[in-house]
Amino acid sequence: MVALNEKVVLEVKRLSKKFDSSDVLKSVDFTLEEGETLAIIGSSGSGKTTLLRCLNFLERPDAGYISVRGNALFDSEDHNVSKKDIRQNRLHFGLVFQSFNLFPQYTALKNVVLAPELLAKERKDYKANKKSVIEEIRNDGLKLLEQVGLSERRDYYPHQLSGGQQQRVAIARALALKPDILCFDEPTSALDPELTGEVLKVIRSLAATKKSMVIVTHEMQFARDVADKILFMDDGAVIEYGKPEDVFDNPSSDRMKKFLERYNSI
Amino acid sequence: MGLWNVTLSLWSGFQTTLLLFFLTLAFALPLGLLISFGSMSKFAPLRYAVKIFVWIIRGTPLMLQIIIIFYVPALFFGTPISTRFIAAVIAFVINYACYFSEIYRGGIESISNSQFEAGQALGMTKSQIFFRVILLQVIKRIAAPMSNEVITLVKDTALARVIAVVEIIRVAENIMSGGLIWPLFYTAVFFLLSVGILTLMFGFLEKKLSYFRA
Repeated sequence: MVALNEKVVLEVKRLSKKFDSSDVLKSVDFTLEEGETLAIIGSSGSGKTTLLRCLNFLERPDAGYISVRGNALFDSEDHNVSKKDIRQNRLHFGLVFQSFNLFPQYTALKNVVLAPELLAKERKDYKANKKSVIEEIRNDGLKLLEQVGLSERRDYYPHQLSGGQQQRVAIARALALKPDILCFDEPTSALDPELTGEVLKVIRSLAATKKSMVIVTHEMQFARDVADKILFMDDGAVIEYGKPEDVFDNPSSDRMKKFLERYNSI
Repeated sequence: MGLWNVTLSLWSGFQTTLLLFFLTLAFALPLGLLISFGSMSKFAPLRYAVKIFVWIIRGTPLMLQIIIIFYVPALFFGTPISTRFIAAVIAFVINYACYFSEIYRGGIESISNSQFEAGQALGMTKSQIFFRVILLQVIKRIAAPMSNEVITLVKDTALARVIAVVEIIRVAENIMSGGLIWPLFYTAVFFLLSVGILTLMFGFLEKKLSYFRA
C-alpha cells in the first residue's frame, strides 16, 4: 500500500475508459493536494473532459481507482467499492459545465439552493426543523451569490443573465453542496471573450481561498497563473504533469512542445 | 319543440360528452406519461412491447376500438362491461394515452441531456431530476401539440354514439328522428364554445410559462 498522505484530497490511479473500441483514457494517474488547483490542458479530443466526467461519475471508468481523502469511491479491482452509491460519490465533487446548464425555470437563487434543499429533505431531523433548515440554506445561497458578485441578480432567471453571469451562478450552485473538489469543464469556452474575465476572476478568488479544484481549460495564461499543477493530456494519456513553470518553460515531451507552438502561433 | 327545450335536451347529452372528456383527460394524461417512459426504457423487450402497443392503438380507428372494448369481453368471457359509458371511457383513455405518450416522449427527448447531467452532478435522484427540473420544461414545450390533441378529444367524444352512449350528437339524432333537423346543426355551438374556452385556457398556460426560456 502507498503511504497515506494526509494532505492528499484526490487520488486517481490507472484510470481507463473506452468508447467502443477506442481508448479515451489510458491509465491516467494524478493526485491533488488539499487547497491545490490542477489545470488539465490539451487539444480537443485528448480525453480531458472524459477524465472530468469520470471524476463526477457521469461516465463510468472501465478500470482504475479514485479516492477522496483516502476514502475509495471507485476501484475496478474491488467489487465492494464499485457497488458504492454513485449519488453519494458525486457529492464529493462539484461540476461547472462549459454551457452552464442552469435550470431555466428557476431564479439564480433557486438554482443555487435547489439541490441543498432536496438533500436536506433526506435528513431525519428535517421535519422538526424545516423552517430553520430552509432559512439556513437560503442564507448560504445568498452568501454564495455574494461571493460570485451577483447578490442583486438573485431573482433573475437564467435567460435574463449574460453568459458570464450565468456561469458565475453555476459556480455558486456547484459550491452550494460544499464539495471536496470543485471541477470546471472549460468554463469560459462558451463565453464571448469580453465575458471570460469575470468568470476567471471568480475562479482565481476561489483558488486564493484554497479550494481544491480541477480545471479543464484552454486558457493557457490563466492555467499558468492560477494552477499549482498542470496536467497535459494527449490521445488519452498524461504526457506532462508538474508545476506550471516546468511544464510550460521546460516541457520534456515533443508533443507538449508542439502543442505550445501551435497555441502560441494563434 | 322550441329552442329552449332543444337546448335543455342537448345540454343533458353534452353533460355526458363533458364527463367522457374529463374522465379521459384525468386518466390518459398520467397513463400517457407511463407509456412514454416505457417507450424510452433501456430494457429492450419492454420498449418494443410498448412501441407495438402504441402502433396498434394509433394504427386502428378509435371507433373500432370502442366497439371491440364494448363487445369483446361479453363475447369471450361472458361478462359484459357494466355500462356502455364505461366501455367508451376505457377505449378513449387507452387511445388518447398512446397519442399523449408520443407527445411526452418528443418533449422529454427534446430537453438537452445536459439538464439531466446538471442534476446528477448536484446529487439529485432520477425522480427529483424529472419532477423538479425536466417536467416543467417539457410542459412548456408540449403545450401547443397538447392543445391540438385535447381539442380533437372534445370532438372525438361523438364517436361514443357508435355503442349508443347518449352524448350530444346521439341526442340530436334522436330529436331528428322525430322530424326536426336543426338541433343537429345546433350541436356545433356547444363544441365551438368548449373549444373556444380550451383555446383560451391553453393560451393562458403558455403565457404563464413564458417567464422562462427553455
